[in-house]
Amino acid sequence: MVCLEERSIGMEIKKDLQTKHPVEDLTDDPVIIEQVKRTITLAPLEKILNLARSNSLWPMTFGLACCAIEMMAAGGPRFDLARFGYEVFRPSPRQADVMIIAGTITKKMAPFVKRLYEQMPEPKWVVAMGSCAISGGPFVDSYSVVPGADKLLPVDVYIPGCPPRPDALIHGMLLLKEKVKNPKVVEEKPWKAIK
Amino acid sequence: MESNKVAEQLQEYFQSIGNNRKVLTVSPDELIPLMYRLRDEYEFNYLTDETAVDYGDYFEVIYNLSRVPQGDILMVKTKVDKEKAEVPSVFEVWPGAIWFEREIFDLLGIKFTNHPDLRRILLDDSFEGHPLRKDFQWVGGREV
Ligand code: SF4
Repeated sequence: MVCLEERSIGMEIKKDLQTKHPVEDLTDDPVIIEQVKRTITLAPLEKILNLARSNSLWPMTFGLACCAIEMMAAGGPRFDLARFGYEVFRPSPRQADVMIIAGTITKKMAPFVKRLYEQMPEPKWVVAMGSCAISGGPFVDSYSVVPGADKLLPVDVYIPGCPPRPDALIHGMLLLKEKVKNPKVVEEKPWKAIK
Repeated sequence: MESNKVAEQLQEYFQSIGNNRKVLTVSPDELIPLMYRLRDEYEFNYLTDETAVDYGDYFEVIYNLSRVPQGDILMVKTKVDKEKAEVPSVFEVWPGAIWFEREIFDLLGIKFTNHPDLRRILLDDSFEGHPLRKDFQWVGGREV
């Protein structure tokens, strides 16, 4: 168990914790109880970690083709992915949590994509952005293109489109956020993670 | 630069030189001396582009030269056998040709003799065949 000062994160935890607050064992004074409850919340460590992770995913600076342009647009001020805490594109895989596969994976690039994924520290997630990353897209019959990122890596979120609009990428990242926050739900009933 | 003028002036030095619709043509044997001449005397100091075409029974390697800063351009073509696809590399004249020739080798399988580093550049090293050849066959990609 971990104590946590109440900010927006604490509020989210409090919503699903119906148990008695420990301060109620110590005193009967309703004013004190109310004040302590307002500032301190209790939750399992894993849950708090997941909340922290889901609210500040660091994507890797990594574009493979035209979809990367939309990813850059999403990171820019007009669409402003930073509103959700995902704007810190890291130039090193060792500092990144999520790999946005934005573009066509060619057979020549595939070993390096895989190596970059392996260099990312756990826990890590993969977002396949665009039809190329989902299935090979318009180049599926080509001699040089891998038909889909899931031939190489475990993909968490698929964003369809050619290219998907920045809004779609933001939606995909928010779905990933739900997935990170509710790992159990996703394992058992994936449809419940989508609100 | 008018290619017929160049062709006329160089006729006595190169037997195979020709002029076909503003394009200078030459045989592969005389390619390198001609290129040196074009660079040193005619000041074509920049190789804009080098590429090749598969015409079914023969290849043609195409060199686009230009003069910087005047901006004149000249196209030189050379015909290559399909069975024995070999051209001397112009790497020694314009070192920038090194990647162009690797790309042509990669996609069309034309060998450049004297090239210092003739490896595939765009495709995987384990790839078999040369995909821009007209007789290249490819099945697969999507799963059945
Ligand atoms: S899905 Fe479309 S836009 Fe995205 S990389 Fe492929 S071809 Fe480009």
